[in-house]
Amino acid sequence: MSAPMIDHTLDEILNLAASHFKVPREKLTPDDDFFKTLGIDSLQALDLLTRLEHHFRIELPDYELQGVSDFRTLASRIQARL
Amino acid sequence: MRDFKGQTLSWQLVNGAIELALHREPCNEIGSLTLDELEKFADALPRLADEAPALIVYSTMKAGFSAGADLRELFERGQAMDKNAALRGVREFLERIHAVMNAIDAAPLTTIAAVHGVTFGGGFELALVCDMIVADRIARFCFPELRLGLIPGFGGIPRLKRDLGNAVVRDLLLTGRSFNVMKAQQIGLVSQIAAEGEALRVARATASQVGKFDRGTTAAAKKFVKPIPYDELKLEIDIFCDLYSRPAVEQGLRKFVESTDAQPYLP
Repeated sequence: MSAPMIDHTLDEILNLAASHFKVPREKLTPDDDFFKTLGIDSLQALDLLTRLEHHFRIELPDYELQGVSDFRTLASRIQARL
Repeated sequence: MRDFKGQTLSWQLVNGAIELALHREPCNEIGSLTLDELEKFADALPRLADEAPALIVYSTMKAGFSAGADLRELFERGQAMDKNAALRGVREFLERIHAVMNAIDAAPLTTIAAVHGVTFGGGFELALVCDMIVADRIARFCFPELRLGLIPGFGGIPRLKRDLGNAVVRDLLLTGRSFNVMKAQQIGLVSQIAAEGEALRVARATASQVGKFDRGTTAAAKKFVKPIPYDELKLEIDIFCDLYSRPAVEQGLRKFVESTDAQPYLP
């Protein structure tokens, strides 16, 4: 997987998360814990997952996100499904 | 009773359709109080069905249609009594909720679940009782019971088997994964997808359409295409009760109820 591709995926994730959860985009960084930075619980995380699946037109089983809480790892999981 | 406003749900006739609204905080967890009120609804349903050709079930909760059974209540009741009494209580609860689900399943009118957000476990099972599921784009479905050492207990497996191929049923059940509305439509669970926040409007339009047809013909067609798997439903209760007796279930419920993990809904 090339670095530009994952960077692009990461950027799209951060944009979507910032927009949906109304957090300034500049406050989000790839290694943030998205539960903390976005102030979301597990149900809202599933909401984010659904929106990401629609955005990237992929299916990402939630068990692949077990223990994942940072945007960078999330991007790598999504990238693996593109 | 033409209309009812309870603590967990309400119903009324709206433009010729019965609308059953779920409104228990935080996400319509189904416990004993919801069951009491669902039984009231099931009792009222035959008379309501005389007046309305369609039933819409929906949620007013932002998080979704329903997060499923009230696991906190299930755990706390289990802790408050001896094992045999707890098991009898679980069986009685399941038999009562199966009676409600079967009554809605067999009702001689067209039933539509209008779902959004979290539609998990017992909530998913309530949606499966309906003749069709209209879901908004952010709906998400899941049978997470195996994570707790259980199987779905409100009739989910027989009704999934009725509607889907067994390979898909095995995937959903044995992985406990959640899946989005596109997948749900692809596998044949969801008949219509609505924009975010529009499932109820789409369900109302559908209810209006089905109301144009002869009631007797609709009832005959429904009975023909939607047989109720009574034997399997009874077997599901037996299997659930066998599993419930094992220590792994208590451990699983305790872990869920006492979790401070940010991801209790993720496997």
